[in-house]
Amino acid sequence: MRRKYITFLRIVHTGTVNFLRNATLAIAAMAVMVVTLTIVLFSIVANATFANTIQDITDKIDISVFLKDEVTPEQKDKLLAEIKSRPNVKSLEFLSKDDALKAYVEQNSDNPSVVAAASATNNSIPATIRIKPIDLNKIEDLRSFLAKAENKDLQTARSPSYSGTRKEAIDNISRATQTLQRIGVIAVALFSVISALIIFNTIQMAIFNRRDEIQIERLLGAGSWFIRGPFIVESIIYGILSAVLSMLLINSVFVASSSALQASSFGLLDIGYAQRFFSDRFWWLLLMQVGAGILIGAVSSTIATQRYLKFKTK
Amino acid sequence: MILLDRVTKIYGKGTAPSLDRISLHVEPKEFVIVVGQSGAGKTTLLRLLTREERPSAGKIIIGGVDYDKLRDRDIPLLRRKIGVVFQDFKLLPNKTVFENVAFALEIVGMSKREIQHTVPKVLDIVNLRGKEKNMPMELSGGERQRVAIARAIVRQPKILIADEPTGNLDPKHAWDVIKILEKINRYGTTVLLTTHNMEIVNRLKRRVVTMEHGHIASDLSNSGSRLASNTDRPPQDMTKQPLTTDRFRR
Repeated sequence: MRRKYITFLRIVHTGTVNFLRNATLAIAAMAVMVVTLTIVLFSIVANATFANTIQDITDKIDISVFLKDEVTPEQKDKLLAEIKSRPNVKSLEFLSKDDALKAYVEQNSDNPSVVAAASATNNSIPATIRIKPIDLNKIEDLRSFLAKAENKDLQTARSPSYSGTRKEAIDNISRATQTLQRIGVIAVALFSVISALIIFNTIQMAIFNRRDEIQIERLLGAGSWFIRGPFIVESIIYGILSAVLSMLLINSVFVASSSALQASSFGLLDIGYAQRFFSDRFWWLLLMQVGAGILIGAVSSTIATQRYLKFKTK
Repeated sequence: MILLDRVTKIYGKGTAPSLDRISLHVEPKEFVIVVGQSGAGKTTLLRLLTREERPSAGKIIIGGVDYDKLRDRDIPLLRRKIGVVFQDFKLLPNKTVFENVAFALEIVGMSKREIQHTVPKVLDIVNLRGKEKNMPMELSGGERQRVAIARAIVRQPKILIADEPTGNLDPKHAWDVIKILEKINRYGTTVLLTTHNMEIVNRLKRRVVTMEHGHIASDLSNSGSRLASNTDRPPQDMTKQPLTTDRFRR
């Protein structure tokens, strides 16, 4: 047991010393790892930001149900309770005729003639129930519920706002969000795989350069793990440092350009959110990056040393 | 202690054998010089003994270990029992002189304190005190070879194999190395030395095995008398006695 403990400490010590003595090789390998880990990290942040933007858009979409003026408060409350109990309803809001008129006036504040017309006549805007669905793609249940005869009787002749041209818009957005979210997940997965392969190749090249050392150690009677161990330790150090450096790199980009990016957004990417996402989850992301760095480093060096450790069989 | 029985090594189909049914028996504490021109099979012989290569046919037993029964995972254990000095030194380039020698002890799990105690003594034997912190590239050829010898003997192996250790050295350094090998042999280590330097052969006056084209052409004792070899002893002689590892276990 004591011998195993001594050997373990020796492997860690040798790996650390080798890392320091092979500085050039270490810098080259780490540079590649920093770049690839940064790309993965960037794709994760971008994907999260993108998902947030999509969420923002979908949050603004609601289904409006217009109630007849004759609907009694009891009927209205019953309908509200029933809608609220549907599975795909995130929230709902009831606007009385006055509230609806106020909202209408606000929406059209830049159009004085429309505002004047609405105010001058009797209030023709019906009381409205605004429903925010959880998933835009699953509003069939709501649709059929609202189309039931007893519910239909409570509504004006104007159909709920998901139908007609607005329905098409809702359907288009829901299709687009689904596709974009899928693309985001695929992009993160793809970058992760490519990064892992690049890092694997880099470590393999670094070990290839030192294959003679492995063979000498083999000839002197060193066991497989005694030889492989320091290489794994070295690769793990690469992984940890690269992960930390890549986090610092992204962090400094956010910090340096903080004021310029505060209020800006590029197309669908809300940079302010990206910055918040990164800083709120800094330690979690660091842990994930370090974990990935350690895993890729350890696996790559284990595989890369294997070929030089084989004994001749013929 | 070292026994080869009709050992053949062929590297590729259709090529001439590098070793052709050679038999050799080296007693414990013997000092044997293997001579021969390049391509005679000296290095192949040594590579078989260190299990860098496997024989195409024949039997090898060293220190009681039958190579036929040797599993891959036991090869490192075998190599720890044999000290090897290579012509090209094979020092670890990123380790200091001290660390290169200490490496042989680290492999067997020796404690730091024991290593700190043992390595300087061995560096004394090879006259390298004061060079402990030097890197191999800072040393001369002779010094590098002495580091390799220190590394090979630090575990006090029963057998030391030296493959042309003087091949890259000037006469003065070459003779220094040979004197160290003689000293080690006096302490009781079996030494198997390959060389093509006839001056060393003549001055040492030890058993000389001459190899030619993969055969043992002659096997002469230090007195000059001819020993049995595969040239004058038929292979069947050895098969009459069953080869057991116990015979060589001491």
